[in-house]
Amino acid sequence: MSTQASAATAAASVWEGGQSPYATNSKKFGMWLFIISDSLTFSAMLFAYTYSRVTNPDWPKPFDFSPAVIFSTIMTFCLLSSSLTMVMAVHAMNHGNRKATVRWILATMAGGAAFVVLHLTEWMKLINVEGVTPFKNPWNVPLFGGTFFALTGLHMTHVVCGLIYLAIIAQAVARGKFKAEDVEVSGLYWHFVDLVWMFIFPLVYLMSARV
Amino acid sequence: MSDHSEAVEHIGGTALTFAKVWIALLLMTGIEVFLAYEQVPTMIMLTALLGLSIIKAALIIAYFMHLKIEKLSLFLTLFPMLIFCIILMLIFLGDATRIPNMRPPV
Repeated sequence: MSTQASAATAAASVWEGGQSPYATNSKKFGMWLFIISDSLTFSAMLFAYTYSRVTNPDWPKPFDFSPAVIFSTIMTFCLLSSSLTMVMAVHAMNHGNRKATVRWILATMAGGAAFVVLHLTEWMKLINVEGVTPFKNPWNVPLFGGTFFALTGLHMTHVVCGLIYLAIIAQAVARGKFKAEDVEVSGLYWHFVDLVWMFIFPLVYLMSARV
Repeated sequence: MSDHSEAVEHIGGTALTFAKVWIALLLMTGIEVFLAYEQVPTMIMLTALLGLSIIKAALIIAYFMHLKIEKLSLFLTLFPMLIFCIILMLIFLGDATRIPNMRPPV
């Protein structure tokens, strides 16, 4: 009896292990681990950008308030709104409403696609009009192009991967496959992509704004 | 059954809660853009932008990523390590401020 009691105490303690010490499913925990490791990648890249900027007193300010900063603000709005629609998709799936879930995921994808289109437009302007490439630019601070394109390029790659991921989830949900936890896990990824932009936007665009 | 529906209804918050968080995020983004337009001094701007970004990230993690309703053990396993590693990276920033002064005069 006392052994049973101590076993029950051990199972009740979070740090004693047991079946589910975090009370979460393995898919969600796996995504959290991925998010934390990816956060370190983005942190390192943001740090590299900041380090390069501080060491170069001639760091350029290539972003005019109008249109570049306004453009990137609209991109931020797209991503923030897509996060809202994604959380609504998870909410709808928790209620078992698959049709609404698919609609919300499609709305999320629309926000993400708008972000990518606007971002590519911004890139094209920088490359074709300002003459900025990853290796050279008119201000003779090559590290600007290298760090800028690496950072924003990695983020845009994440957005594109997110769009593919969400498309797979949406079609599966529409066909009656996958559970609420699968939508929630895809939501975690999408919110992470949004979260990273919350640091890139101010540090890269707003700190280099030219009024 | 009704008990179950009610439990589902409040996973991570209601639609109104999410909408409020979204509006708060938009407002903070607006403040950031205003600071950039006003061209406030670099250090004040950097501090304000980083502060607002951290608050925005916390809101997204807590409400949109539902960490607020997860077990504390999940948070304690993941985040202190992340924050510690980021702080470790910042140690090198001191070098960056010294490098411009170490360059030989042209």
